[in-house]
Amino acid sequence: MKICVCLKHVPDTAASIKLAGDAGFEDSEIKFVSNPYDEYGVEEAVSLVEKEGGEVVIVTVGKAAAVTTIRGAMAMGAHRAILVKIDDQFLDSSLTAQALKAAMEQDGLPDMIFTGKGSVDTESFQTQYRLAQSLGMPVVNEVNALSLDNGKVVVEKEAGGGDKQVMEMSLPCVVGATKGLNEPRYPKFPDIMKAKKKKIQEIDLADLGVDGAAGSVVIEKLETVPERSGAKMLQGSVDDQVTELVKILKEDEKVL
Amino acid sequence: MARTGILIETENNEIKDTSLGVLTAAAGQEIYALVLDADPAAVKDKLAEYGADKIIGLKIGSGSPDLAAHALSAAIKEYDLTAMLGTASAEGKDLFARLASLMDQPLVSDCVAVNLDDKIVKKSHFSGKIIANLKVNGPLFLCTIRPNVIEPVAAPASGEILEFIPGVEDPGLVKILEIKKGEGGKIDLTEAPVIVTGGRAIKAAENYKMLEDCASKIGAAVGASRAAVDAGYAPHTMQVGQTGKTVSPKLYIACGVSGAVQHFAGMKTSKVIVAINEDKDAPIFTKCDYGIVGDIFEVVPALTEKL
Repeated sequence: MKICVCLKHVPDTAASIKLAGDAGFEDSEIKFVSNPYDEYGVEEAVSLVEKEGGEVVIVTVGKAAAVTTIRGAMAMGAHRAILVKIDDQFLDSSLTAQALKAAMEQDGLPDMIFTGKGSVDTESFQTQYRLAQSLGMPVVNEVNALSLDNGKVVVEKEAGGGDKQVMEMSLPCVVGATKGLNEPRYPKFPDIMKAKKKKIQEIDLADLGVDGAAGSVVIEKLETVPERSGAKMLQGSVDDQVTELVKILKEDEKVL
Repeated sequence: MARTGILIETENNEIKDTSLGVLTAAAGQEIYALVLDADPAAVKDKLAEYGADKIIGLKIGSGSPDLAAHALSAAIKEYDLTAMLGTASAEGKDLFARLASLMDQPLVSDCVAVNLDDKIVKKSHFSGKIIANLKVNGPLFLCTIRPNVIEPVAAPASGEILEFIPGVEDPGLVKILEIKKGEGGKIDLTEAPVIVTGGRAIKAAENYKMLEDCASKIGAAVGASRAAVDAGYAPHTMQVGQTGKTVSPKLYIACGVSGAVQHFAGMKTSKVIVAINEDKDAPIFTKCDYGIVGDIFEVVPALTEKL
């Protein structure tokens, strides 16, 4: 079977983001990583193909530097990749889904598509749904358990309030992965070396017939959120401390 | 003025407080409250009190999440709604993403502020480090709002119930096989107004009982740090932070949590953060509002006593 995994190259959560202009940020000096949720998708795809046979194709929409993240997924076992190149970190979800769809159609549609449950940079939580809709495929997001049997995919996800839903879809389908689905492997040195020789096909967004400037959600301005600092440390005996805390929370902060 | 639909979430025929906040977010607009799977008559008074001009009940029953999206889409078309807002709960985020895809309209998830007249919203980027001001262009404005960021304010309106039959069919793409009920009666972490979280210092699964005792006195939910989940003290469903849940309560009490960047990524937009930790140099103390240096097994029971 052929499985595509949508992988996003995002700033590390620990990176401090310095804004540049109204709607951009300095990306040359901060560390970028694979979107953490996407790694659960890579792991699941690779282990399914190890069992069932076939290939895992990484599809990334991102800047040229995303190649480093793609190589990481290849070291985990993905066979080849397609990088749809854009000039900006930000492309709205609708256009991203169009780009992913066009790239997959050009390559030949897969039997299954994995994404992460969302990306940690723009936190839009919808590209996988748009991709599924445009391909006429079923989609379930936030999947934490999956089994494949006779062309049927049974997935489990957390519903609100601690309930769990078990759902069934037919192939081809789209799965948004989250923690619990598996434990992503740490690539070994020979796998990292092998990954360097794997093929990455690069395509410009415009060559897929997608206009990167046609987004319907436009960033007008980014603002840095000031970090908290100078916490009030409560003093005295345990009794004094909790008495003062409760008083503050009730009377000053009014959150109790 | 936009004719605005609000997706109302209910639990046991009671409107969730988070949905009342979403009604308030649309104050000043012509508001159509869309109630999924609850009796509109049972919630009419409350919806009218918080500003609903019209109330529409949508019966979905045990259909797939796609069926709910199709029903909402039918209501949007029937009543010429130009905006539709909901809660960024587990259910709301999923449903709005399906709706936006189905109607091919822009959507912004998890907004912290919304300006319906100018179609501008604010939302977090980069795990709460940046706030993005986004302009949404399109005939239909869809967004979900982060729970607890908008305080519900009463704004009485007529609350007229409209009869509506969506007349849509389940596309049959996703079949729900089973719903495994959780322990029940637990407050959903992402929607809880107060959260008490236990970190690695909780030392054992059974010690969460101490946090539950504290939480139950103030209607709080109980969370866990990644370290506590990885150590097997708590299930992943309780994890707050990156790879867990993003929460934004009015009050977040971190007990024995060291304060890794990945933990802050999931809770830094909380209104007030209190940290209790034995280690005075724990990173959590550099980014909280109030701190107590002490053993959680002494401080938490004392706090519970005073609440």
